[in-house]
Amino acid sequence: MKNTISQRVADFLKNYPPFSFLHQMDLEKLSEQISIIYKEKDSIIFAENDKTHDSFYVVHKGAVALKKSTKNTVLDMCDEGDIFGLRPLLAQENYIMEAVAHEESILYAIPIAVFKPYALENRNVGNFLIESYASNTRNPYSDIHKDKLYGHDDILHENLHSSNHSFDLAPIKYSKKIVTCGPSTTVKDIAKIMNKKKVGAILIVDEMLPIGILTDKDLRNKIVTGDFPITTTAETIMTKPVITYPKKMTVTEAQMAMMKSNISHLCLTKDGTVNTKAVGILSKHDVMVALGNNPAVLIKALKRTKKIKEIKPIRNRIMQLLQGYLDQNIPMTLITKIITELNEACTNRVIEICLEKMSSPPPVKFAWLALGSQGRGEQMLHTDQDNAIVYENVNEVFRDETRIYFLKFAGLVNKGLFDIGYDYCPAEMMASNPKWCMSLDDWKNQVHHWITNPGKNEVLLSFIFFDYSMTYGDSDIVNQLSDSIFEDVKANPIFYMHLVSGALQSPSPTGFFRQFLVEQDGANKDNFDIKRRALMPLTDAARVLILSHSVKSISNTAERFEKLAELEPTNKELYLSCSYSFKALLKFRTKQGLLHHDSGQFIALESLSKMEKIKLKRTFKTIKELQELISVRFNISNLV
Amino acid sequence: MSLFNFWKKEEDLFDKNITIEETRFVVLDTETTGFDYDNDRILCIGALILQNGKIAINESFEVYLEQDHYDKSTAQIHGILKAFVIQRPSELEALQQFLDFLGDSIIIAHHTTFDITMINRALERNNLPQLANHSLDTAILYKRTLIKSHLFERKDHYSLDDLADKFDISKKDRHTALGDAYITAIAFLKIVKKLKEKKEINLNQLFKLF
Repeated sequence: MKNTISQRVADFLKNYPPFSFLHQMDLEKLSEQISIIYKEKDSIIFAENDKTHDSFYVVHKGAVALKKSTKNTVLDMCDEGDIFGLRPLLAQENYIMEAVAHEESILYAIPIAVFKPYALENRNVGNFLIESYASNTRNPYSDIHKDKLYGHDDILHENLHSSNHSFDLAPIKYSKKIVTCGPSTTVKDIAKIMNKKKVGAILIVDEMLPIGILTDKDLRNKIVTGDFPITTTAETIMTKPVITYPKKMTVTEAQMAMMKSNISHLCLTKDGTVNTKAVGILSKHDVMVALGNNPAVLIKALKRTKKIKEIKPIRNRIMQLLQGYLDQNIPMTLITKIITELNEACTNRVIEICLEKMSSPPPVKFAWLALGSQGRGEQMLHTDQDNAIVYENVNEVFRDETRIYFLKFAGLVNKGLFDIGYDYCPAEMMASNPKWCMSLDDWKNQVHHWITNPGKNEVLLSFIFFDYSMTYGDSDIVNQLSDSIFEDVKANPIFYMHLVSGALQSPSPTGFFRQFLVEQDGANKDNFDIKRRALMPLTDAARVLILSHSVKSISNTAERFEKLAELEPTNKELYLSCSYSFKALLKFRTKQGLLHHDSGQFIALESLSKMEKIKLKRTFKTIKELQELISVRFNISNLV
Repeated sequence: MSLFNFWKKEEDLFDKNITIEETRFVVLDTETTGFDYDNDRILCIGALILQNGKIAINESFEVYLEQDHYDKSTAQIHGILKAFVIQRPSELEALQQFLDFLGDSIIIAHHTTFDITMINRALERNNLPQLANHSLDTAILYKRTLIKSHLFERKDHYSLDDLADKFDISKKDRHTALGDAYITAIAFLKIVKKLKEKKEINLNQLFKLF
């Protein structure tokens, strides 16, 4: 029976192969037989050697990791629209790898009995399934299954690069959107096109066939030098003939081709000669991207994204980079700097894309503030978003209009950040909340209120707020706000007391017998909360101390301690050890988070070695000394 | 409740060995001509079975009812026109089909009281017994997932739209009975996951959260 949900499913499936090859009618019929399955993060869909299910799966939301449990290596990551679990369709054997929900996921289970007739009937469908089966397994021997569905077929014997293990031999991804122009286009127009499309090379085509290529370098060497006027046509200065290659190229082949001819762009054509249609352009940048993760490449890749959806895979690669850095034992200070920079670039790109989505430019200048750990430049993993907007004061007449504009804009950005992996803040400390999206004067009043009425909530709010840093926008507004906060704090010394008492309230990491104190209930039962019991006491203390010295513009905890060591030579040793402890704890948290693909807040103690436990406990001693120092200095006993 | 009962522990509704996962839930939504229990009528019932985190589409239930009463003003919400050409059973037939489908499953809906009351009124008109099923309300359960903090103001009412936004569920088929039932089902799964993060929870405790 056709119904609302089956239509919803069909609507989703029609965008993805092999379902895109099916007729609308067939797809609707198929959708009526599908089951929708919800999987929590880390739950197993099928395990290695499990008997095969009577369905295969499509990822609707979330991500599924295909693993070999013996090696615990992730063979493939299935995203929205990807299919997996095809084994029962092609072979009558048990699963040879396990599928685990990498994130919370919604899957569509397609019954094989219902689907198989379509696969047999429709050659496109069958071919697609076989190819993805072969690449899912990454098993060169899976070629032997190729013939199972149809018997012999020449198309199937095309070389499947995807079965190769070695990375260098992997097929390269090229840009399929080719920017072209005719031979009589003027160089001036070409420069405009290249600028608009943000490309470094343009293909000159005549009746769809590539006849020449023009790159940034040609423009520089031939036009800017004055050798040719700006009205010159493309055919006069283009490089010809174009060096063409077939589209199925490996990374290594592409690299060699570029080196051999000393060129930066390759033109890929249907059959590899200049006599067929161009299908893609491959730039040095593409090769760089394929070669691996390095910050410069990732930043460049980010700048090229046009949709928020494209940012998510880049974020995943940032995480891989982070893992690599940790494995190589690169100093934590450097790691935090680089990763923070990259995370910020992601946020910036989301903001830029959202600005383009708005129907008009912002009515006044504004700044996007990152709060909490992101503001302190200590956010390494996927955590919750905490952010705010401050915008220029506006005339009474435009007040509502301006507020509505920024709230709408913030809503887009918050959703965008959610889509790339930052969860919504459970306390709604997000710019889309009217309380966190205000004009400069409103913010000043708000902070003034917190400082002059320091109740428990006000202190908590200021804790989160005082660690802001600007991610995007106008720094003038932010500086004005900072200045006003410092003046307020100076004029209200009692506020320190409350900050200090707040900083001393975090729960103790160890019990009376120096044993770790663990969570009593919930999903994290018996785990150690490294954030609340170890990182936060240090962060809170650093904030109080740095405020008391009126040092602004340093918000990173480790850096704050280093600055304090400079300002108070008598306590230098303690502060430096605090800075060291903080970095060590952050590293712990990051490693745990990467291991479990979460925020790393909770640590399973049994997974730690004796050595690691000792290391952890050593940092607790430092925390204790630091807390004693501030309670004596600010004479906290007078207050509590 | 007598004074004696006051000291007694609230009794469990279900065997404590039954997990939330293996329980058969029927997630439902109704589209009606309006919000008046006496005068308004059900135009459509959409329901699906949720068990082991799985929804089988061919086991879902969607029925449009033949009704004399019609209110033009709500048509723009549910989009069901009076002369909507589709095979429509009478109210009695539709209710009987629905009761067969429902069985003794636990009902889940968003603002459950409204849907159940609408259905009960219809049952009454057709001389059928009232629903005796246990029920859960995602509007109430959702509130239990929110953090208790002075910094954060809870709203009194959370609409299905609010939940869909929070949980990133597409609102494509909003205001069709089965489409809303689907959104409710996914929201329920995500609520249970959130509650579990805070504290291990079983079927009985789910009912005690109210």
